[in-house]
Amino acid sequence: MEFFKIRRDIPFMRHALVLNLVSLVTFLAAVFFLFSRGLHLSVEFTGGTLMEVSYAQPADLNSIRSSVAKLGFSDVQVQNFGTARDVLIRMPVQKGVSSALQSDRVMVALKAADASASMRRTEFVGPQVGDELAVDGLKALAFVVIGIMLYLALRFEWKFAVAAIIANLHDVIIILGFFAFFQWEFSLPVLAAVLAVLGYSVNESVVIFDRIRENFRRYRKMNTVEIIDNAITSTISRTIITHGATQLMVLSMLFFGGATLHYFALALTIGILFGIYSSVFVAAAIAMWLGIKREDLIKGGPRKEGDPNDPNAGATV
Amino acid sequence: MNRYPVWKYVVIVIAMLVGTLYTLPNFFGESPAVQISSAKPAFKVDSNTLARVEAALKAAGIAADVLTLEGASIKARFGNTETQLKAKDAIQKALVPEPANPGYVVALNLLSRSPAWLSSLRAVPMYLGLDLRGGVHFMLQVDMQAALTKRAESLAGDIRTSLREKNVRHGGISRNGQSIEIRFRDSAALSAARALLQDQFADLQVVDVPDGTEFKLTATIKPEAARRVQDQSLKQNITTLHNRINELGVAEPVIQQQGLDRIVVQLPGVQDTAKAKDILGRTATLEVRLVDESGEARAAEAGAAAVPLGAERYLERNGQPVIVKKQVILTGENLTDAQPGFDSQTQEAVVNLTLDAKGSRIFRDVTRENVGKRMAILLFEKGRGEVVTAPVIRSEIGGGRVQISGRMTAMEATDTALLLRAGSLAAPMEIIEEMTIGPSLGAENIAKGFNSVTWGFCAVAVFMCVYYMLFGIISSVALAVNLLLLVAMLSMLQATLTLPGMAAMALVLGMAIDANVLINERVREELRGGASPQAAIHAGYDRAWATILDSNVTTLIAGLALLAFGSGPVRGFAVVHCLGIMTSMFSGVFFSRGLVNLWYGRQKKLKSVSIGTVWRPDAGTQITSN
Repeated sequence: MEFFKIRRDIPFMRHALVLNLVSLVTFLAAVFFLFSRGLHLSVEFTGGTLMEVSYAQPADLNSIRSSVAKLGFSDVQVQNFGTARDVLIRMPVQKGVSSALQSDRVMVALKAADASASMRRTEFVGPQVGDELAVDGLKALAFVVIGIMLYLALRFEWKFAVAAIIANLHDVIIILGFFAFFQWEFSLPVLAAVLAVLGYSVNESVVIFDRIRENFRRYRKMNTVEIIDNAITSTISRTIITHGATQLMVLSMLFFGGATLHYFALALTIGILFGIYSSVFVAAAIAMWLGIKREDLIKGGPRKEGDPNDPNAGATV
Repeated sequence: MNRYPVWKYVVIVIAMLVGTLYTLPNFFGESPAVQISSAKPAFKVDSNTLARVEAALKAAGIAADVLTLEGASIKARFGNTETQLKAKDAIQKALVPEPANPGYVVALNLLSRSPAWLSSLRAVPMYLGLDLRGGVHFMLQVDMQAALTKRAESLAGDIRTSLREKNVRHGGISRNGQSIEIRFRDSAALSAARALLQDQFADLQVVDVPDGTEFKLTATIKPEAARRVQDQSLKQNITTLHNRINELGVAEPVIQQQGLDRIVVQLPGVQDTAKAKDILGRTATLEVRLVDESGEARAAEAGAAAVPLGAERYLERNGQPVIVKKQVILTGENLTDAQPGFDSQTQEAVVNLTLDAKGSRIFRDVTRENVGKRMAILLFEKGRGEVVTAPVIRSEIGGGRVQISGRMTAMEATDTALLLRAGSLAAPMEIIEEMTIGPSLGAENIAKGFNSVTWGFCAVAVFMCVYYMLFGIISSVALAVNLLLLVAMLSMLQATLTLPGMAAMALVLGMAIDANVLINERVREELRGGASPQAAIHAGYDRAWATILDSNVTTLIAGLALLAFGSGPVRGFAVVHCLGIMTSMFSGVFFSRGLVNLWYGRQKKLKSVSIGTVWRPDAGTQITSN
C-alpha cells in the first residue's frame, strides 16, 4: 500500500505567504477569543469544590440545583457528566464554610432528596493552590520553550530554533483559542496535553529541518526554496502516517476514555491537526524568511563538524 | 552489513526477560486480604503476632490462602471478600480487645495474587493512584506563622523567668507579632539583659531600639532557628497525623511532606471522608497530674476496690492501670519541647521536657511538695485518656527543664518524646486540597484507561501491518515490547499510575510508532532510489536514527518540564510520558533492528523486502535525481 504517489516536489513555498496568512488569521482569532471570552478554568485552577454524583435513574438537574441552593451556597453549577445519570456539581470557594464541610453538607442534602444519590468523587481545591498551579503551568511552558530552542539552536541553528518555536507556540495558542471559544473546561490534564503537543509538534519541524539539512548536503545545485520543497515532499508521507497513528490512539482515548479524558483527547486532536499544518506550512517558511543558507548548516561551526551523533557528518556528494 | 553481534542479541534477550518478569505480577490480579500492622511502638509485629493471627484464624475455622510476615506487617490473603471480612473480625477480636484503643491496625486490603517466587524478586504490580483504586487525598497547609508566634510567646515567658532569676529589673515584656519587646528603665539593666539573652537564648537575635527616653530591646527569632521551628512543627504534625490515621485502619496510608509547609495524606480505600476529616482535624491534649497513692487507690489499681473519689483510672501503654488524681497540674500548652537524650552521668536513656515560664513555676512548686511520689503524664484524644508515662519525682525540679528517666531503652525514649510532642499539633493546619474517589469510579477508570490503550494499540498495529507488511509486523511487535518494557519499568519503580498516566501510556505508544514509521519510510525511499534491499535497510535505519534522536529529545524536554513543575495528575502523566520515550528508543530502533537483522540479515542475495508497495515514479523525478 502506498498513499502518497507524488511525482514531483510540491511547491509548498510558492504558497507560503497564503498559508501563513491563514495561520496568522487563525492565530489572531484564537488570541481574540482568549481575551474576549477567557478560558473556562477548572476547579484546580480557580479553587472551589467539584462533586460527581451518580443516580440510579436519570438525574433531575433542577431539583438538585434547588436542594443545593437551599444550603445557601452561591454560584453553583450543576450539569450532566458523561451520562444522564451522572451529575457534576461545581461550587466556588464559599466564605464562612469550612472547605471540608461543604461537600459533606451537599451530599447529605442530595441524599435526603433522592436516596439513590451516591458520591463518586469530590475534589476541593483551596484558592492558594489554584494560583500556584497557574504559575507552575506558565513556568513549565517557559521551560519547554527555552529548552527546545536551546536544543534546536545547538543541533541546527538559531534560525531553525526561532522558526520551530514560533510555529509551535502558535499551535498552543490555537488550542487555547478553541478552549476559549467553546468554553471547554481547561483542567490540569489539558495543560499536560498542551505541553505534550508542544513537544510533539516540534518533532515534526525537527524531521523536516533534518531533511533540509541533509538536502543541503546532497543537492548542491538546488536553491533554498527547492531544497525546502523537496524536504517537505519527501517527509510528507511520514508526517501524515505518524500523526495518523497518534491520532488513532487519541481517538481511542476520545471514545473509550470517558468524560475524564474527553478534553484531554480533544486538546491532543486539535494539537495534532494544527501541528501538521504548522510544521509543514509555517515552520519551514519562517526559517526560509529568516534566511537559512547552505553555509549555515554545512560549514557551521567546528562544533557541528565534531558532533558524534550526526551520522551524516562529513558526508559529501 | 545487517548483522548484529551476539552481545546485542544478549542485551535484547535480557531486556525481554527482565521486562516479562516484572510485568508478570500485573496479570495475576488481586485478592481480598487482611493486613495487620502496629499502631503503637509498644506493639511489635513479629513471628509471635503471626502465631496469634494463625491461631485466631484456626479458631474461627478460616483458612488463609497465604499468610506471611513481610517487614513490619502481616498479610493474609483470602479467596473471596466474605472470608476476608470474617477473617478480619476474627483477627480484630484476637489482637485488639479494646477497639477504642488499638495496639494493632487490622485493615482490609487488596493484595497481588502473584506467586511467592515473583514477590521474592521484588516483582510487584504497578502502584495504582487514588483515581484508579478509590480513596481519599488531602493536602494540608501548616500555619507556620502560628507556629512561630507560639514559639515567640513561649520564649517571652522564658525571658521573664530568666530575668527574674538574675534579678534584672525590666519595665515590661511584650510580644509584638513574632518579635519580643523588653523595656528597661536604665541602661545598666538593658546591657545586663542583653548579655543574659545572648548567653542563654541562642535562638534569639537582640537589637537595641532606643525609644524616646525609654530603653528598649527587641528580640527576634533568628532565621535558622525559625527554620528549625518550622521543620519541627511539620514533623510533629506528621507524627500526630500518623498516630491518628492508625485508628482509621488504613492498609497503606501515605503521609508525606510536600514543599516546606505542606503535608499530603492519601488514604487508599477509605470512603468515609467525614470520619477521616474528623480524625485529621482532631486536637489532642496533654495533661500532667499526680498519681493517687492512697491505700484505696492501690487496691483499685490491683482491681480489688472501687476507684476513690477525686481520682480516675487510666491505662498505661503497656496496659498497666494507674489511678490518677482528677486535679490537672499542667496541660500541653505549657510544654514547649520534648526531646530524647541520655543522662550524662548514668548513660540512661531519658526524655528531656522543656516547659514554658508559667509551667516551670507550677512544676517547681508541685515537685517540691511531692518528692518521692509519682506523677503521670496523660494524653487525651477524643476524650479518651492514656498514661504516657508515670515516673517518680526524685527532687524539686525548677528552671522548666524536666528529665524523665527510668528503665527506658533509647527507642522507648524516642517514642515517648515523640508522643509527648505529637500529642497536639504544633501548628494549626488547614485542608487546602481534598479529593475523594469512590471505589466504583476507580474500577471504571481502570477499564477506561485499559480500553483506550488496547484499542488504540490494536488500531495502530493493524494499520502498520497492512501498510508496511512484514516491516509493519516488526514495528507492531516493537510497539508491544515498548508497552511491555514501560509496564515493567513502572512496576519496578513503583511509580504511581493514574488515569492521566494511562492516557500518557496510550499517547506515548502513538508517538513511539513515529520511530518505526520514519525508518520504514526511509527504507522505502532508499528502495525507490534504487538501493539494494540490504543497503536500503542499513541506510534506512542509519539515517532515521539522527531524526529519531532529535525528535525524542524535544519530546523529552516537554516531559521533563511537566515532571519538574507539574503536580498531581500532571506529574502522573509526565512520569509515564518520560519513561515511555526512553523505552521507545530501545524498542523502536534497537529491538526492531534486531528483528529485521534476524530475518533478513543472513540472506546474502536478498532480492526483495516485505515493506509494502514501493512505488516508483515512471520517469526520473526530483526525488531521485540530483
